[in-house]
Amino acid sequence: MNTQPRLVEVRQNVLKQNDLLARSLRQQFEEAGVFVVSLVSSPGAGKTTLLEKTLTRLRETGCQVAALVGDLATENDAARLARSQAPVRQIITGTVCHLDAEMVQHSLDGWELRDLDCLFIENVGNLVCPSSYDLGEDLRLVLMSVTEGEDKPLKYPTIFNTADVAVITKMDLAEAVEFDLSGALNSINSVRPGMEVLELSAKTGEGLDQYLRFLELRVISKTSMAAKN
Amino acid sequence: MHELSIALSIIEGASQEALSRGAAQVHAVHLKLGALSGVVKDALLFSYGLACEGTALEGSKLVIEDIPVTVYCSTCDAEKTLDSIQRFCCPSCGTLTPDIVSGKQLELVAIEITEENEDIEKRTETGQPAGIAL
Repeated sequence: MNTQPRLVEVRQNVLKQNDLLARSLRQQFEEAGVFVVSLVSSPGAGKTTLLEKTLTRLRETGCQVAALVGDLATENDAARLARSQAPVRQIITGTVCHLDAEMVQHSLDGWELRDLDCLFIENVGNLVCPSSYDLGEDLRLVLMSVTEGEDKPLKYPTIFNTADVAVITKMDLAEAVEFDLSGALNSINSVRPGMEVLELSAKTGEGLDQYLRFLELRVISKTSMAAKN
Repeated sequence: MHELSIALSIIEGASQEALSRGAAQVHAVHLKLGALSGVVKDALLFSYGLACEGTALEGSKLVIEDIPVTVYCSTCDAEKTLDSIQRFCCPSCGTLTPDIVSGKQLELVAIEITEENEDIEKRTETGQPAGIAL
């Protein structure tokens, strides 16, 4: 018997299954002409509040929106988002600290994607684990609130490198917590040079128009591309 | 902490490969781990040991090669390795660069196996099937 171990080359991505499923999701979204935005942040950075405002405001402009919202245990977030009247589904992950492509695929069951212009996916509050999982989204927003400290990007460089745009939330509290905006912008620029940054307060509406315009332009660009095909 | 689910994915991938090769035993699994993979090495090593228990890979070693972040610097017109993932700037000239060339890997590179190459008669004698059970 040959007892000498032999090295056999494999060369495959460990998350191959997730990546394949994410690719399939991206294709479904492409064919349906739906623009997909995911939100990641630490717990309590304001994802659900921003999303509630986003769904309500986009619906007012005639944009067909829907949302999937991930949470470890409760359905509270879905209940909050449902106030916007948009279709919302909760993904309860149990002990799993992130969403993956399979959870997204399952949650879409029965939804007619062609009827939508924009789908939002709110990830579980976590700045580490979601960075490894592609959900098939077009745009990933990473949120950081002014109460979290200016150096958050330096502590979590990986998530900032998988996101497309950084959103600084709770700007209405900036003065009260002596938030150093230029310090935060420097931190973001240090881990992701040139990253687009939006500053807003979902509570007061400050910066919300600019953020919504940014989203609308991206939605229009995708839905009109789909219409041409 | 998603290293346990990552460890399970590694074990699944390695087991499938071992099975397809008719391996009798898996001695080691080689992995490339980028500094921007979002996976913590120590947590992964710990999880791997736990997750292997009771599987065909029990007792195997996870060998991790750390991959630093390499960026393309347009000023130097060259690929450079970052000193720190907190500062995406060229270590030679200081130019800020978001252009990542490498460092996000989470790749199952190879497995070290002993292949079952005993002759058929011998296996029949012991009644043990060839290959590993999953």
